Amino acid sequence: MFDETIRNMLIDGTWATLYMTLVSSLFGYVVGLPLGIILAITDKEGIKPNAVIYKILDFVVNLTRSIPFLILLIMVMPLTKAIVGQSYGSTATIVPLTIAAAPFIGRMVESSLKEVDKGVIEAAQSMGAGTFTIIYKVLLGEARTSLLVGVTIAVGTILGYSAMSGVVGGGGLGDIAVRYGYYRYETDIMFVTIIILVVLVQILQGIGMMLSKKLDRRRA
Amino acid sequence: MEDSIDEVNHMAEQSILLEAKNIVKDYGQGRVLDDVSLQIHKGEVIVLIGPSGCGKSTFLRCMNGLEQIQSGQIVLDGEVITEGKTDWPSVRQKIGMVFQNYELFPHKTVLDNVILGPVKVQGRDKKEVTKEAEKLLERVGLLEKKDAFPRQLSGGQKQRVAIVRALILKPEILLFDEVTAALDPEMVREVLDVILELAAEGYTMLIVTHEMQFAKAVADKIVFIDGGKIVESDTPEKFFTQPKTDRARRFLNTFIYEKETGGEKL
Repeated sequence: MFDETIRNMLIDGTWATLYMTLVSSLFGYVVGLPLGIILAITDKEGIKPNAVIYKILDFVVNLTRSIPFLILLIMVMPLTKAIVGQSYGSTATIVPLTIAAAPFIGRMVESSLKEVDKGVIEAAQSMGAGTFTIIYKVLLGEARTSLLVGVTIAVGTILGYSAMSGVVGGGGLGDIAVRYGYYRYETDIMFVTIIILVVLVQILQGIGMMLSKKLDRRRA
Repeated sequence: MEDSIDEVNHMAEQSILLEAKNIVKDYGQGRVLDDVSLQIHKGEVIVLIGPSGCGKSTFLRCMNGLEQIQSGQIVLDGEVITEGKTDWPSVRQKIGMVFQNYELFPHKTVLDNVILGPVKVQGRDKKEVTKEAEKLLERVGLLEKKDAFPRQLSGGQKQRVAIVRALILKPEILLFDEVTAALDPEMVREVLDVILELAAEGYTMLIVTHEMQFAKAVADKIVFIDGGKIVESDTPEKFFTQPKTDRARRFLNTFIYEKETGGEKL
């Protein structure tokens, strides 16, 4: 259907998209998981209530979450350049993607951990478990299906964001779609990128849901 | 009469394991526990009874710090644990607790539920703990369920696992918070039998229950609580046959059913 250059470009674009999405998700969780844990335990119903820490983090998360991704992308360009050395291309896009993803992931982790039954936490406390043991063995262990559903949602969202970065030369499938579909009116190439994106989301969603079901011990 | 004085003296000689001194607990505006004091001696089984919402479960939860008290003292092994910053995790290893709704970890097998405390909290050897857990599970007749998940067990089985989970930490005292209240009637027995056995073995226990026959059988002392206060405490023989207070008499009467005759009620 397309010549080899275009096919290669689409294949490279797919890899670039996956690269940006997965690396940003990973970094997003490196920041977002501890953030979510701290939010969940310092909340007034948590195991280590601390109004000051909770309010500060809560504010920061809300602030970051209220900046639209496209604007954040442009806003953090100097930072991106300082870290990566350039402000375009897929590696550079990982910086704003991580910044946008971390607070979002933090919120999802927080809400997953808050779903853990309070009685089970009390049971752990009553056997003398300390904060760290409760976080590690009870909160994360018992919330794992919900956390995995969260991962699936996060990865899907980050994939969508990565495509948005195409507007400013972010690399990947979004970049291709913008360049060919918007600037050159070669809509067939744009449609192919859309199809690839849809397939990617479906696959990631499928894997996530399968894992979360497999790890759920509450149902047969 | 002389008998009971002897008994009281005998109890005083034995060491006090856990003592609550003038406990006050407020929930928002309301006072749930109002100056409650209680001594639990080593090897003693005390059963707390009283109407719903009287504060007996709250009292139990105050003893291991699941609820904060507003004033008063808790003394464990002669040490005041409520002064300054309490190291609850180490205190709680000495005070085992079993809950009304079992509170087993749903994502962990029966065995993993039982060994979590000794392995992760007490840092004991996993192999050794596993052996001990299997022995205890066998004792309550659940060894073949060790790899099952909580959802695959009946309520009575879950509660027996929860008891084993508390026992394996070798606590000095066990707290039972209405452990049969969520069970089907025919499963109550299997759980209470385990507790009766533990009593016979000399475990120190503080039990909250609505099962009066069980209370009568297991208790060394009955403590009747109403409105956040201890109204009466006595041996089960005395309490159930000749309650001293009118309030206790009325409470006990609610467990007696008689055919309506149209005549004067009790």
